[in-house]
Amino acid sequence: MNRSRRAIVALALAAAVAVLRGQAPEGPIKIGFIVPLSGPYAQNGRDILNGFLLCLDEIGYRAGGREIQLTVEDDQAIPAEGLTKARKLVEGDRVHLMAGALLSSTGYALAPYIESQRIPMVFPVVSADDLTQRRRGTWIVRTGYTGSQPNHAFGEYAYHTLGYRTVATIALDYAFGWESVGGFQRTFEGEGGRVAQKMWTPVSVHDFAPYLAQISRSVDAVYALFLGRSALQFMRQYEEYGLKGRVPLIGAGTTTDEHVLPFMGDEALGVVTALHYSAALDTPANRAFAAAYRARYRKVPSYYSESMYAGGKWVIAAIEALGGRVEDRARLLDALRAARPAGVPRGPVELDEYGNPIENVYIRKVERVNGELQNTVIATFPRVSQFWKYNPAEYLRQPLYSRRLAPAS
Amino acid sequence: MTYLLTQTLNGLFSAALLFLIASGLTLAFGVMRIVNIAHGSFYMLGVYVAYTVILRTGSLLLGALAAMAVVGAIGLLMQRVFLRRFGADPLPQMMMTMGFALLFRDAALMIWGGDPFTLPYPGWLRGSMEAGEVVFPSYRLFVILVAALVGVGLWAVNEKTLIGARLRATVDDPEMAAATGINVARLSGLVFAAGAALAAFGGVMGGPILGGYAGIDFDLLPLAFVVVIVGGMGSLKGALVGSIVVGMIDNFGKALVPELSYFTLFAPMVLVLAFKPTGLYGRA
Repeated sequence: MNRSRRAIVALALAAAVAVLRGQAPEGPIKIGFIVPLSGPYAQNGRDILNGFLLCLDEIGYRAGGREIQLTVEDDQAIPAEGLTKARKLVEGDRVHLMAGALLSSTGYALAPYIESQRIPMVFPVVSADDLTQRRRGTWIVRTGYTGSQPNHAFGEYAYHTLGYRTVATIALDYAFGWESVGGFQRTFEGEGGRVAQKMWTPVSVHDFAPYLAQISRSVDAVYALFLGRSALQFMRQYEEYGLKGRVPLIGAGTTTDEHVLPFMGDEALGVVTALHYSAALDTPANRAFAAAYRARYRKVPSYYSESMYAGGKWVIAAIEALGGRVEDRARLLDALRAARPAGVPRGPVELDEYGNPIENVYIRKVERVNGELQNTVIATFPRVSQFWKYNPAEYLRQPLYSRRLAPAS
Repeated sequence: MTYLLTQTLNGLFSAALLFLIASGLTLAFGVMRIVNIAHGSFYMLGVYVAYTVILRTGSLLLGALAAMAVVGAIGLLMQRVFLRRFGADPLPQMMMTMGFALLFRDAALMIWGGDPFTLPYPGWLRGSMEAGEVVFPSYRLFVILVAALVGVGLWAVNEKTLIGARLRATVDDPEMAAATGINVARLSGLVFAAGAALAAFGGVMGGPILGGYAGIDFDLLPLAFVVVIVGGMGSLKGALVGSIVVGMIDNFGKALVPELSYFTLFAPMVLVLAFKPTGLYGRA
C-alpha cells in the first residue's frame, strides 16, 4: 500500500466514524450550572460549585459512557441575571440539563422559564416551600430541602427532648425565615409548647443590639434563624449582651452551618440546631466525603458543599440509568425523579411525588472536638417528608407559612 | 427606664461608628466636593487588612495601625493619581469613586475570599458591664470613648492648628484659599488620606462586633451619607451631631417599629432636606 492509498483509507474511516457519531447520541453530555460567584453570596456559591466539582472529578467527568461537559455561570445573586444566564445555557449552549441557584428569589425567577423550555433543572439549595408544594412545576427537581422540613422535626424535639415549653424566635425577615420559624412553631405548639415572642429582623441589619435588648429573659429558649455574616454577628452579640449564660440558644441549621461555624468562637458552644446535614455526621459516606473535601479545598464542607455533591450523584445516577441517552428530556426528568443515588453524605434520599426529597433530619449540637467547632449529631429523625406527619392533601390546603400566619401568644 | 438606657447606649455605639466613617466623608466633600462612593470600601479594607495582621500578631492595636497606614496610602494614591485630574467636576469624580468601589470589592473577594469573619476582642474588654438591670458590653463602651477622643482630636486640629485653619479656609472657598497661597492640592490629598484612614479605623473598631464580609462596604455607606446630609456636607460638627441623630433614630426605629427600619432612617433626612437643604450645620 503506498502512502496516498493509506491516507485515503484513513480519511474514509474517519468519515465513517463521523457519520456513526452523528446517528448515535454521542458527544458530551452538557450540564449548565448557575450559582453566584461574585457579590455577597459568592462564597456560598463557591461551596456549592466545589461540591459538584469534587463529585465530577471522582467519576472522571464520565457517566453513562459519555463525557460530561460542565458550563458554569455566575448569577451574582441577582434573579434577573440568573434568568439571562439560564437563557444563554439553554438556547445558546444547548445544555441537556441545568443545576444550581442559591436564593429562593432566583429559584422563583427561573421556574416559569424552566417550565416553558421543558428542561430539567436540579435545585440543590433553593428551599422555598411552595416550589414543591402549592406552586410546584414539573421540571424542577429539588434535591435539597424545604425551609420548614427540618424545623417540623425540631419543634417536636424541642418540646419532648429538650423539654422547652416557651420559646422566643428571632429570624431574618424574608421567606426562608418565615418558613423555618413557621414549621418550628407549628409542631412545637402542636405538642403543647408556646411561642411567646416573635421578632423579625430586616436582612440588612448588622447590629442586633436593638433586638437583643428586647428578647424576653423569661422564656425557656431562644430560637434563631440567621446565615452567613448575620449568623456570625448574632452569635457574637448574643453573648455580648449577657444572654448566652441565661437563655439557651437553639435555631435553624444555617445559624451554625459549617459555612460560618469555623469563624465562630466559644459563643457558639452548646447551640442546638436542626438540618438535613452535618459535616460531623459519623457515617462512612460522609466521613469519606468530608475527608476528600478537606484534602482538596482545605475547608470543612458546609451544607452548601454537600448539596451539589449529592446533587451531582443524583444527576449521575439518572444518566447511568438512561445509559447516557439524555437527549429525551421527558425520560431524563423521569430518571431524575426515580433516582436513588448511593453514597450521598447526608444519608438515604429519595424524591416524594411532589419533587422534594424524603431524607433524614439531624439534630446537632455545637461542640469543640480536637480544637475545632463542629455540629455533633445528637439525634436523627429518619426519612422526614416535607409534609412531616401530616396528610399532604390536607397540608396543602393550609396557607403557606408567612410573616403573619401565627402570631406569638 | 432600663430599656431606655440600654437602647440609648446602643444608639451611641452606632453613632460612634458612624462618626468615624462620616467625618472623613464630610471633609472630603468639604475640601474637594467629592461624593466618595468608595468610602465604604475604605471601611471594608480596614477590617480585612486588620484581620490579616491580627491573624499573624494577635494584636488589635497593630491591626488598627496597619489598617490605617495601608488604607490611608490607598486613599492618597487614589486622590493624587486619579481624582484630582477632574478638578471640581462632581460627576466624573463620583463615577470614578464608584469604579474604585467595585474594584476594591472584587479585589477583596479575590484576596480574602468571601467567608465572613469577626476580629477578636482585646481580652480585657470581654464581657459586659452591669449596673443594676442595665447590661452593656464593655467593648461597646470602649468604642464610644475612643470615638469621642477622635472627635476631640479632630476638633483640636480643625480649630487650633495651622492645618486646621487652612482646612477651614479651603472648605469655605477653595479658590480664595488657593489665592492666599494655601496648597489646596496637597491639602486635598492629606484630607482624603486621613478620611480613608479614619474609615479604616472605624472598620477595625467595628470589627469585633460587625466583622468583615463581602458586601459590608455598601451596608454602611448609605448610613454615612445620611449622616453627612443631615449634618451638613463639609462640617465636622455636623458629622458629630448627624451621627448621634442617625444612630439614635436608627436604633430606636429598629427597636420600636422594626418593619419601618428604612423609613425611620430616611425620614429625618427628607425632613432636613425639606427645611434646611444644606443640612444642620452646612453652608450653601
